[in-house]
Amino acid sequence: MDLLLNGLRRAMEMLASGDPEIYEITWRTLRISLTAILISTLIGIPLGILFGLTKFPGRKLLLVFINIGMGLPPVVAGLWITIFLWRAGPLGHLSLLYTPIAIVMAQVLVSLPILIGLTSSAFQEIDEKMLMQIRALGATKLQMLKILLLETKVAILAAVIAGFGRVIAEVGAAMMVGGNIRGDTRILTTSIVMEVSKGNFDVAFALSFIIMTLAFIVTFCLTFLQQRSRKI
Amino acid sequence: MNFKRLLSTSLIAFLLLFLAACGNTDSNKTKEAEKATAATEEQVEVTDLILATTTSTQDSGLLDELIPMFEENFPYKVKTVAVGTGQALEMGVNGEADVLLTHAPASEQELVDNGDVQNYKRVMYNDFIIVGPKADPAGVKGLAINEAFQKLFDSSAVFASRGDDSGTHKKELEIWKSINVTPTENASYLETGQGMGNTLQVAAEKQGYVLTDRATYLAQKANYPDMDIAIEGDDALLNIYHVMEVDPAKNEQINNDGAKAFVEFIVDEDTQNFIEEFGKEEYGESLFYKYTE
Repeated sequence: MDLLLNGLRRAMEMLASGDPEIYEITWRTLRISLTAILISTLIGIPLGILFGLTKFPGRKLLLVFINIGMGLPPVVAGLWITIFLWRAGPLGHLSLLYTPIAIVMAQVLVSLPILIGLTSSAFQEIDEKMLMQIRALGATKLQMLKILLLETKVAILAAVIAGFGRVIAEVGAAMMVGGNIRGDTRILTTSIVMEVSKGNFDVAFALSFIIMTLAFIVTFCLTFLQQRSRKI
Repeated sequence: MNFKRLLSTSLIAFLLLFLAACGNTDSNKTKEAEKATAATEEQVEVTDLILATTTSTQDSGLLDELIPMFEENFPYKVKTVAVGTGQALEMGVNGEADVLLTHAPASEQELVDNGDVQNYKRVMYNDFIIVGPKADPAGVKGLAINEAFQKLFDSSAVFASRGDDSGTHKKELEIWKSINVTPTENASYLETGQGMGNTLQVAAEKQGYVLTDRATYLAQKANYPDMDIAIEGDDALLNIYHVMEVDPAKNEQINNDGAKAFVEFIVDEDTQNFIEEFGKEEYGESLFYKYTE
């Protein structure tokens, strides 16, 4: 119990004292996570719409793989990316291993299936009759897309929230492809692992409060965006 | 049609983002370069240097002090990857790191012999110790190391092993081997597969014994009021750290100039003195002792 209170106090102190390293790590975590979720959203939603609305051979099998991807263990994603990025690997010449970009790649890999899968589920739920009705009213394709996006807004934002949760919680892959390098790829989750192994439980606790706060703020914004009354 | 357009738009957005991210690191690099230039008043470009090292140098806090000292004086940005010695050496063999700082002389010698590494230099030493519960349930306090390990093997006391092919793990296996026993035959022998700090925690939690380097134990001692040093000072427990450059012929990306500079830096008299002073004030004794050749 003391540890909890000490951790909370320590978190306050660290933030109040303006320890530049804490701010730097927090800011880096936010930047990496938001970049990853933005990329996943920009790729995942169009693909989800495509897989949700169209029918083509092999679509079901594809959806099986996407659904498996939703549970892809981050360390597996991390391992694959490591093998591609290390110096002897096919992308070795880019020198991307142990950079923030490598972490973003790993996070996109684990969150993209969630975005695609949940978006396509939402679009499969759309009533055929409604599609026909919209068409009958003479809507252009762009107008139709807009209506459908508004119709599925709640589900799509739920997908973004789930994806963000996965991205910010991610530690295994970030450790592997990022290397937890001070001032470069050290993010909140990898710092927590390191501080625990150093035996600095109070610092680890303090960091856990910071990451929870960060997750809360972002999820709060997304949830309010999601729950805003719908206007068509 | 729209889907295609959406797809292409998002692909373009992705590319832009990617470029922005790349551009960002570039500008960071330039910034660092500028900083370094200001410091050395020369037009030297700052390059990355990957240092693969053991967890003990990071967990004890030594690298947090040494790396900034190095970066201040040399045009390199050190990327420290703290892993077990086994993995660090493997990174050297694969050419994934530029310079190594590890503590498993027997395994290191193999790399030297195979030409995987060069400029192999002794850096510092401390010692391994056996830490156990204050109550000493196995009754090994003060025994000679071989005798103590035999007793631990015969008793039902928990022994927490790193089990991760690290330098510490290699040392532990060496001792078991010297008394001809297979520790895994004892049901109370645990392998954590984790770093030194975590393994110490497991040992403390299970009231067991553990082989640890002195630096990590001293740095975390305050967390384990029920634990104490059971065995120390045996010659077999010497823990020697070496630094080495990875063979630059392995691939084009190896930063051999940086590796050379790092080796020179770490065996330099001033750095050596700093290493020996490190932690003295806080823990009452040095965590590492200078030990160059």
